Amino acid sequence: MDFLQPATWAEALEAKAAHPDAVPIAGGTDVMVGLNFGHLRPARLLDLTRVADLRDWQVADGAVRLGAAVSYARVISELGDRLPGLAMASRTIGSPQIRNRGTVAGNLATASPAGDAHPALLAAGAGVEVASARGTRRIPIDDFYTGVKRNAMDDDELIAAVHVALPSGPQQYSKIGTRNAMVIAVAAFGLALHPDRRAVGTGIGSAAPTPRRAPAAEEFLAGELDSSGLWESRAELPEATIARFGELVAAAAAPIDDVRGSARYRVHALSVMARRALTWAWADYRNSANQGA
Amino acid sequence: MRLTCTVNGTEQHVDDVWEGESLLYVLRERMGLPGSKNACEQGECGSCTVYLDGLPVCACLVAAGQAEGRQVGTVEGLADPESLHPVQQAFLDAGAVQCGFCTPGLLVATHDLITRQGRPSDAETREALAGNLCRCTGYEKILDAVRLAADRMAEPTAGGDR
Repeated sequence: MDFLQPATWAEALEAKAAHPDAVPIAGGTDVMVGLNFGHLRPARLLDLTRVADLRDWQVADGAVRLGAAVSYARVISELGDRLPGLAMASRTIGSPQIRNRGTVAGNLATASPAGDAHPALLAAGAGVEVASARGTRRIPIDDFYTGVKRNAMDDDELIAAVHVALPSGPQQYSKIGTRNAMVIAVAAFGLALHPDRRAVGTGIGSAAPTPRRAPAAEEFLAGELDSSGLWESRAELPEATIARFGELVAAAAAPIDDVRGSARYRVHALSVMARRALTWAWADYRNSANQGA
Repeated sequence: MRLTCTVNGTEQHVDDVWEGESLLYVLRERMGLPGSKNACEQGECGSCTVYLDGLPVCACLVAAGQAEGRQVGTVEGLADPESLHPVQQAFLDAGAVQCGFCTPGLLVATHDLITRQGRPSDAETREALAGNLCRCTGYEKILDAVRLAADRMAEPTAGGDR
């Protein structure tokens, strides 16, 4: 096995172009498990932890550009106000030790349907900046997940950064597992209210072959908020609206029975999490008006 | 490949490191530092917790080559030659050690917690130690030990009951 350790991003892209089979490693929280258990025996590892550029984040054009090697711990400590949904999701991931190493880009590269960052990225609206020696392109998050542990990247590409829109309204995240800490999601749900464009964003995790949105639920809720003037009045949401939103989120899922939970449980859990997330987010929206007044 | 890194303040060189092995394997099998324990090998148990450039991480999830040139701190580096570190002494005094397998990881995680937060609340302690599994103690004695260590470290001159 070769251990490639580029010092710059240009060198990393050259190495990946020369060796498309090289497995990138940053936090190692997925790759090392594969190595330790003998499931993964790549010809080459491509260590990205020396590339300083990947550890930066910036704000530009109304979005955070989150470098591929920024840890979950730093998303929580440095970006809680700019990426509230993603920071909430990050708090549910693994343990402090895992959050010190694991990265959002690693979650994307692995593309597990149970990855905790995905529902937050889908709800907030995100783009994945991928690069190769051929050039750079931006893959919308809706097009990124192509199957179970599959994504839209080519073999010679690496993730440079994730672009996540700054929030214009409250974001919430809910995850259910067999316990609170150190757990893989049985199901997860992300919600973002976008009052600037009078829209709603959702993300479902662990309940379909890929992370996915619930478009019918988004359109229903945005329509209700619009037609009832609720964006402006910030009045209480009707119970029926909350319940219907939960039903439509659950209807968007296509889960399986597995060791962590049954499909029926996942669908039920999603309807409950969607109702709760909406209730919390709407309370935040109403409070933010009071604080502003 | 050859690996050079600083472990507990001393520069270490090891040869013939396999590119796919973990920092934990290097510490235990190549450097003679078996304090960090090897249990789950998947980041679930925290028994191999070490400092890497000042941050607690699972050594089993760090590729050996990623530690090149870095600062590693293990449980062996906590005590000084004369006496145990107050965190270690508190674990003994509080009865927080039973079989002892999880203890090294808990000591490093607790050391990090108290260094960062001084006197953590119980909720903060539970959150900070959520990645360290213990199958013996039921955790109550560990919480006692964290409180005891935090008290002693906050008032080092008042710790007369050792």
